[in-house]
Amino acid sequence: MEALVSQLFAGLSLGSVLLLAALGLALTFGQMGVINMAHGEFMMAGAYTAFVVQKVVADAGVSLLVSLVIGFLVGGLLGLVLEVTLISRMYHRPLDTLLVTFGVALVLQQLARDVFGAPNVDVRAPAWLSGAVEILGVGVPKTRLFILGLATLAVVALGLALRLTPLGRRIRATVANRDLAETAGISTRATDRLTFFLGSGVAGVAGVALTLLGSIGPTLGTNYIVDAFLVVVVGGIGQLKGAVIAALGLGLLQAGIEYSSTASLAKVLVFVIIVAFLQVRPQGLVAVRTRSLA
Amino acid sequence: MLELTGVHVGYGRTAVVHGVDVAVDADSVTAVMGHNGAGKTTLLRAAVGLLPVRSGSVRLDGDDVTKLRPHQRVRRGLAYVPQGQQSFGTLTARENLQLVADGAGAAGRRRLDESLDLFPALRGLLGRRAGLLSGGQRQQLAIARALITGPKVLILDEPTEGIQPNVVQEIEDAITTLTAAGGLAVLLVEQHVGFALSAASRYYVLESGRVTSEGAGGLDQEEDVRAAMAI
Repeated sequence: MEALVSQLFAGLSLGSVLLLAALGLALTFGQMGVINMAHGEFMMAGAYTAFVVQKVVADAGVSLLVSLVIGFLVGGLLGLVLEVTLISRMYHRPLDTLLVTFGVALVLQQLARDVFGAPNVDVRAPAWLSGAVEILGVGVPKTRLFILGLATLAVVALGLALRLTPLGRRIRATVANRDLAETAGISTRATDRLTFFLGSGVAGVAGVALTLLGSIGPTLGTNYIVDAFLVVVVGGIGQLKGAVIAALGLGLLQAGIEYSSTASLAKVLVFVIIVAFLQVRPQGLVAVRTRSLA
Repeated sequence: MLELTGVHVGYGRTAVVHGVDVAVDADSVTAVMGHNGAGKTTLLRAAVGLLPVRSGSVRLDGDDVTKLRPHQRVRRGLAYVPQGQQSFGTLTARENLQLVADGAGAAGRRRLDESLDLFPALRGLLGRRAGLLSGGQRQQLAIARALITGPKVLILDEPTEGIQPNVVQEIEDAITTLTAAGGLAVLLVEQHVGFALSAASRYYVLESGRVTSEGAGGLDQEEDVRAAMAI
């Protein structure tokens, strides 16, 4: 029983990290169809933002909260600059986008190395996040619970924003039918920019959260980018709900297999399962059904 | 109100519309007729800015809008209901309308209500995803959405094509009501020559991307138009 609960939390925890990493991609890749390989580097930028903020704000608790806000802005602005300067010129050329953003990712990594040095650095977790909470007889680190809460909050906030705000309606309309959105009076260019800002901003938040789990380095993003894309593809393109189910499912699967084997073998098996799953259901877990062709 | 002058449009290396002049006067209906492939939809898409005009100009209420993007033309009073009952399928019917009303404040809310008065059947369907509505319902939704932009000119591309007959009548009645109320110019592309001519004060027949016949509207023109269209 204890082992089961412990694996369950390990899986949920891994899933929530995956979800934070993938949530922004669910917007930029899922909604807009842009393959942004630099998404992981926006997370890395968020993580270094937390590092820098902690140099200025001594109190670890305050600096974490400030970092979450500034991390969002830093990630968002990086995304906005990338969208305006490069991606907007190649919306109909996905392969070019992939190559260019991969290049941008390498540049950002090198930039981080030049500014902060190649070795990993640490960000202190606040005192109120040290230690563990006992749940059902299992000690769960508070940092993990915080990340789970943050991921939940991010999903709910993004979901509500997409559903209830004018900007959310504009984003969904632009995704559904770009030409029709233009002729309904929506500036699809402005909507693209805002969507990219939001998605990249969430990556920045994810980066700040990752500083709670260990030291951070210039290649932090590369560890997450493939998994994040997997989550969006398995979840079903354009569906927030699918991304949530996929992230938690993959997290539980990975943790479950890891328990009875090794981390590497678990990774291999998860990949095999995903490949098999996509053969049966290429559209992902959640697909939208409509009557109209448009 | 809307003037297309010497408009040339095409796709890639293929020219489709060759120097067309069409004028839509204020408070009136102008019909454009022609066979499939005559260039009607291409002409409309160029008028609203979804296709670039290669040469010629588009003027709206006296201003040259040829270089403006579609959403900028919408804000200046040009509304467009495209062919094929298009809607935002993943949004609810209410969101399809709210989306347009969002930017317009109180005026947007008022026009949203007015457009639902025009198509009362939509009131009961507001919570449903637009992609799940029938073709006729989606077309009513599309017209309502266009009206919420507060247009001076409304462009309708085959509004009754592929729709069940009882809804066709509702849509035709709505167009008649709208134009009778005044303050709106309509550019109508329509296969039903009878309805188009009865509603229109001016007509154009388009063939292979050129205007081959034009004149005053009215049902007494039907024979001439049918002759021009060779039907």
